[in-house]
Amino acid sequence: MMVVRGIFTEADAVVRAVQDLRRAGFRDVTVFLPVPDPAILAVLDERPSPVRLWTLVGGLLGCLGGFALTVGTSLDWPIPTGAKPIVSIPPFIVIAFEWTILLGALGTLVGFLVHSRLPRRAVPMAYDPRLAEDRFGVFVQCPADRQSVAPVILQNAGAEEVSQIGPGAESSRPPLSF
Amino acid sequence: MAAYGRIHVDVLRALAPPGRGYYAALALVGAVLAWALYAWSVQLARGLGVAGYRGSVQWAVYITNFVFWIGIAHSGTLISAILYLFRAHWRAAISRTSEAMTVFAVMTAGLFPIIHLGRPWYFYWLIPYPNQRGLWVNFRSPLIWDVFAVGTYFTVSAVFLYVGLIPDLAAVRERTTGWRRRMYQFLSLGWQGTQEEWRHYRSAYLFLAALATPLVVSVHSVVSWDFAMALVPGWHSTIFAPYFVAGAIFSGLAMVLTLTIPLRRFLGLEDYITDRHLENVAKLTVVTSLIVTYAYGCEFFMAWYSGNAFEQAVFRERALGTYAPLFWMMVFCNSVIPLMLLARRVRTNVRALWVIALLVNVGMWLERFVIITGSLSFDYEPWYWADAVYQPRWVEYAITAGSFAWFFLWFLLFVKHFPAIPMAEVKERLTP
Repeated sequence: MMVVRGIFTEADAVVRAVQDLRRAGFRDVTVFLPVPDPAILAVLDERPSPVRLWTLVGGLLGCLGGFALTVGTSLDWPIPTGAKPIVSIPPFIVIAFEWTILLGALGTLVGFLVHSRLPRRAVPMAYDPRLAEDRFGVFVQCPADRQSVAPVILQNAGAEEVSQIGPGAESSRPPLSF
Repeated sequence: MAAYGRIHVDVLRALAPPGRGYYAALALVGAVLAWALYAWSVQLARGLGVAGYRGSVQWAVYITNFVFWIGIAHSGTLISAILYLFRAHWRAAISRTSEAMTVFAVMTAGLFPIIHLGRPWYFYWLIPYPNQRGLWVNFRSPLIWDVFAVGTYFTVSAVFLYVGLIPDLAAVRERTTGWRRRMYQFLSLGWQGTQEEWRHYRSAYLFLAALATPLVVSVHSVVSWDFAMALVPGWHSTIFAPYFVAGAIFSGLAMVLTLTIPLRRFLGLEDYITDRHLENVAKLTVVTSLIVTYAYGCEFFMAWYSGNAFEQAVFRERALGTYAPLFWMMVFCNSVIPLMLLARRVRTNVRALWVIALLVNVGMWLERFVIITGSLSFDYEPWYWADAVYQPRWVEYAITAGSFAWFFLWFLLFVKHFPAIPMAEVKERLTP
């Protein structure tokens, strides 16, 4: 499998390139964006991210955990104060609320990392530093028999630069190491 | 040069090796911090008696600082999370510095309940954990709610700040070399900006903002309940939660102005943090000032209308008694001075804005002091009244100055090592 890389300066051209590649039957298209451009993300059939489920599950666990902690420990070691019930729900709501937010946020963070496959030790394709700055990159996986088609599509869509990268190519930059 | 590229150049220039002025500022905050550490060591060695506590006044400057710094944190979340949900796009340029301010202010606030303890090495007893004593904390105490609220606020704010930084750290990574490059590689987690990464990132950022919004309201409500749950006249009031939340946002907005006005000049970011941003923050400041003024009025009205003699006595004492000069200075700084911001000419005058913001900071610190110390010194027990005139001693002054130094130290380190402008978010509003 060969990777064809097109570098673009305009978001409109990226939209055109993605649409043309899809029409030509290329399915494995990865776009690199310095900003989350809504037009490009829309054309890429953006589905709702599953991160929201992590938020929901984290929040529910936090809420249940907050009530379990407060009720459980109060029953385990009763502290009678001010003639108040040992299991006093109104003050326990404060703890359960804070834990709902805390675990909801931590769940969101974990969900984001898991689905984005971060942290990443190595840049898997020929990443270009300009893609973090002011250029868009369209990377297309091409079977051997279609290597000549993708560069033409990218060029016609308005790519500033088109290049081919061999199978298993790593980044031309020093490897990411941490 | 394309607009996207220009942002890079400008923001990275702000990260360039600093000049002598920066090191002078670091040396100053370092010296003040050392003085504060010495004062704290004296307090640890000789006990809380070196502070000015007396009679019924056992919460004073340290708890004032705690409430003040938690309040400062709040407007950072308002700007970075609440205005994000409201799609107020102008917030982008100042959101990074505001969110960083939130994290550092909570880090500062969190020190004070510990400094205020007689035996601070036992602070972990506030945390519920299985232990051989078989003891658990009392979840009906507002002080334990504080532990959960402040701990959650710090964690969520730090996560929100970090997630927002990831794409920018990757952008800085591509322009740096050597150990800095390795550091940004590590911190950016290998971010590349693919459509999948952005899809999950946008969702995570939205949900973090949505979680931070009710959190910010809850945190200062919980802090206010430290007082409102007690039976002390002047504290025991149902308006405390909204009153404290409004005051927190008011003081925080003033701190945003205090920090960003010099910051944009020293880092050369006037093209990004413009006079329009400052004017918008000034508008929010005057709105919150009016809410706080309304709350001041409500407190006096409720004391009068309730017919409660103790409540009335405390409020008479507040306006006419020992701490009356501080009370009237508070009213002047928080209710009178901000009215000048109703005039556009003042809002658009950066120097005037900075001076007003400083005065609001002073006024809001005094508000916390007047509520806490003023109410405690005029408690139910008359035999304390003559003796309970609290005056801070040098230890409290040093530790209070040290809290500002600690806050500014983190802020100075942050703006020289991390992008002070959210590049990706500002770019979204431009064409490449």
